[in-house]
Amino acid sequence: MTEFVKPSIQYFELWPLLAVFGVACLGVVIEAFAPRAVRYTAQVTVALLGLVGALVGVVLVARDVQSYDDGAARGVLAVGGTIAVDGPSLFIWGLVLSLAIAGVLLFAERHLDGGVSAFAGQAATVPGTDAETAAIAANREHTEVYPLMMFAVFGMMLFPAANDLLTMFVGLEVLSLPLYLLSGLARRRRLLSQEAALKYFLLGAFSSGFFLYGAALLYGYAGSMDFAAINEAVRNDVGSSSLLLIGTGLLSVGLLFKVGAVPFQAWTPDVYQGAPTPVVAFMSAGTKVAAFGALMRLFYVALGADRWSWQPMLWIIAILSMFVGAALAITQSDIKRLLAYSSVAHTGFILTGVLGVQASDQLAVGEITSLQAVLFYLVTYGFATLGAFAVVSLVRDSGGETTAIDRWAGLGKESPVVAAVFAFFLLAMAGIPLTSGFVGKLAVFSAALAAGAWPVVVAAVVASIVAAFLYVRVIKVMYFDEPVGAGPSVAYPSVLTATTIAVGAALTLVLGVIPGPVLDLAGVAGEFIR
Amino acid sequence: MLTILILLPLVGAVVTAFVPGAIARLVGLGFAAATLLAGVLTATRYDVGGGMQLTETHVWIESLGVHYALGVDGLGLLMVLLTVVLVPIVMLAGWKESDEPGNSGAKAFFAWTLALEAMSLAVFTATDVLLFYVVFEATLIPAYFLIGGFGRAGRGRAATKFLIYQLAGGLIMLASVIGLYVVSANAGNPSFLISDLAAIDIDPITQRWLFAGFFIAFAIKAPMFPVHTWLADTTEKATTGTSVLLVCILDKIGTFGMLRFCLGLLPDASQWATPVVVVLALISIIYGALVAIGQDDVLRLIGLTSLSHFGFIVLGIFVFSSTGSAGAILYMVNHGIATALMFLVAGFLIRRTGTASIREMGGVEKAAPVLAGFFLVGGLAAAGLPGLSPFVSEMMVIIAAFDHHWLVGSVAVLAIVLAAFYALWMYQRTMTGPGREGAVVVPDLDRREVGILAPLLLALVLFGFYPMPLLDVINPFVQDSLASVGIGQEGGPQ
Repeated sequence: MTEFVKPSIQYFELWPLLAVFGVACLGVVIEAFAPRAVRYTAQVTVALLGLVGALVGVVLVARDVQSYDDGAARGVLAVGGTIAVDGPSLFIWGLVLSLAIAGVLLFAERHLDGGVSAFAGQAATVPGTDAETAAIAANREHTEVYPLMMFAVFGMMLFPAANDLLTMFVGLEVLSLPLYLLSGLARRRRLLSQEAALKYFLLGAFSSGFFLYGAALLYGYAGSMDFAAINEAVRNDVGSSSLLLIGTGLLSVGLLFKVGAVPFQAWTPDVYQGAPTPVVAFMSAGTKVAAFGALMRLFYVALGADRWSWQPMLWIIAILSMFVGAALAITQSDIKRLLAYSSVAHTGFILTGVLGVQASDQLAVGEITSLQAVLFYLVTYGFATLGAFAVVSLVRDSGGETTAIDRWAGLGKESPVVAAVFAFFLLAMAGIPLTSGFVGKLAVFSAALAAGAWPVVVAAVVASIVAAFLYVRVIKVMYFDEPVGAGPSVAYPSVLTATTIAVGAALTLVLGVIPGPVLDLAGVAGEFIR
Repeated sequence: MLTILILLPLVGAVVTAFVPGAIARLVGLGFAAATLLAGVLTATRYDVGGGMQLTETHVWIESLGVHYALGVDGLGLLMVLLTVVLVPIVMLAGWKESDEPGNSGAKAFFAWTLALEAMSLAVFTATDVLLFYVVFEATLIPAYFLIGGFGRAGRGRAATKFLIYQLAGGLIMLASVIGLYVVSANAGNPSFLISDLAAIDIDPITQRWLFAGFFIAFAIKAPMFPVHTWLADTTEKATTGTSVLLVCILDKIGTFGMLRFCLGLLPDASQWATPVVVVLALISIIYGALVAIGQDDVLRLIGLTSLSHFGFIVLGIFVFSSTGSAGAILYMVNHGIATALMFLVAGFLIRRTGTASIREMGGVEKAAPVLAGFFLVGGLAAAGLPGLSPFVSEMMVIIAAFDHHWLVGSVAVLAIVLAAFYALWMYQRTMTGPGREGAVVVPDLDRREVGILAPLLLALVLFGFYPMPLLDVINPFVQDSLASVGIGQEGGPQ
């Protein structure tokens, strides 16, 4: 029995994580003790301050991050090597925090639904009962959503920074559990929302099980949970390779479920459709960023030497995701489901970038790396999708949000600005030049092609054509189709949602025209430390 | 200079979109006129010696080796001039039409037109492959809204079809564009600059793949058989002004790209592909003329004749002789002028008769002799009548085709007969004979409309008798271009 050594904690480097965690706990305290009248204001203020503080922390840490072991990678291993605060982690933290700030703004929006937020007054009440009516009449709303969201943000930051399998699992669960709850809290269409939450929870729990089993098998193979140790074991080819293969496969299931890759995508459309739109906006962007960060760290750091066994699997999954996502999106008649399938297709595109990994000595000077390409794509996709869902929350009819695509006909005339912004986000997702989506696609395709994955790139091009059709179809409905009945109406948002949409649109344009700084930033992030 | 040329219409588009509707038209036209002036100034500063001139290069996305790089050579200059001349004409032609009920309004029309002009000018002057690709794709957005927002019923569907075809081509090209980047990265200097890329020796197999990607995209754009089907639908449903922008300016990007990228960067693969391309061009020539004959919709008919004409241009490019290339480039200019004339006259005609169906027209000649006259000249120009400018270019291409192979030449000649047939038969059915029963008396062209058409007619006649100013600009480019393919001078135009 070895002596227990208390790990030293790098408080400065971990400040962003600690700040978010602290704010989440503080939120719980406020919820318990503050009077109902001040809760909303207090929660929103605390959450925003915490996120901004964490973001400042990320910038400060990034400014004086040192190179690690004199290698190309920079950063430190914190808390006894369980958390890696390196370039990619900091980049992802910054991105997740920015998305979360926008997410809080969307959560706090109360202008659209007659002075209350998009969340159920009292989630515990059964839909259609007197208790629910009473909750609505009292204009109650859920303010637990803010601490819940902060816990999710904490998980999203821990997940990609985890440097061993156990920490990664903790990150995965901390990220997931609040999201399961948040999905079930829609004010309107509560049964749909609760069904979405249940579905998400059940499937998510399964995938966590897979992840845990895979972790156990890898532990059996390498004798350690630590990524560096696993990497050593793979290099030296110790132990049974079938343990390694099965373990890798099971871990992949857990991660691919979170990013929504085919064949683990089944939950996406239902959850996206049922969950409250602000939650979907935040979740779809944030989860994808965090999960891809974790996916890359696991595959590059721990299993990088075993690249030849997992790359073919990712080839197939990338191609399947692109095609299934694009093809099924075409058949959808609900805008949220359409965006859900589109996110599946985007998962495929990002995976195309992930499998573009190759040894750094094979890269020409100045050539874009796979990690750089994926990080950039995550930025472009994150803001475009957040903005798109924010717009979805504005289009309404008498029954609240109207998400049926036919009901959007004539939006171009009813509200030219909203339709134009939404069309712009769709063009970005289709990858049309002068939007960020184009540069993102260019980056991931370049990385993949440079690594010789040309069949995947060809498939990606074909899938892009299919996907382009569905985005164009929505634009056509908005601009050139005659409205059905009274046509859609657009609720005027408060400054909160308006800011989110404006920032999303501005970033989508700026990153399309001058992507240089962010690409460079992703390049400066360097490599994972091992 | 070139940046100003591109920025003028771009700023114009934004300004037009935000000024009050009442003066939007004047503002839009003002910017188009200023751009015309800038274009003419550019031309005066161009030295006919050839090569890339007025170049400017700035780093744009450093980590991807992308530059904001512009420049014009003979080919680019002619396309720029064609664009800046046609845009104000299109605006004048759409002056009232764009405000009619059901259309998106004059303001949108003028703003999108200016945006399209800016993007097209950027395409014709880009000397960086990625910059070219970006603006190439960006032209689709204004084009999409111009097709979908103005014109006849069913235009939304036509706009979607147009966009999907073009996007498909563009994405296939994107694969080749990235391929070029990877090739240049492997050669040690990741860059998208055409001048850097031209210096790399690309191995034959890679060249062929890259060529395929570029060629498919440009063939869709041009358009060529069998990827032309978007053309007829689009020209039928869109307004004639939009059709002029599309067919006379945007489609030229296809043949422009073949010259600049296929021949310029991938010469070996271009020669390797010649047999297939020549056969496709011949099919386009004959097939376009044949289906044009059978059309009832006058706009669809004109659209399909363009398929035939683009076949000639591609044929001229891919027979690899200085006569052929010069003829093809001359054809690009002439086709732009002649087809613009045809579309605009047809547009005026349709507004008067209220129908686009040839079967329901007739007897226009007596009521509106001026209109009929313009129509006849346009038709004859399309048919390649001597004395009108398309004749010169058509002869050059056909001579080059005979030099290439006698069979190719003979098939191409057939098209002249077919062209005379569709042009004259269309004229006979619409203009001569008794008027349709109960039809309103067709008023003749007013002064505004004559003023719009007259410059085009003048250009047709002028260049028909005296094409030398154009050829002086074209020939240096052709020599440079063929030298890069490895073919010397043989039988250049005298």
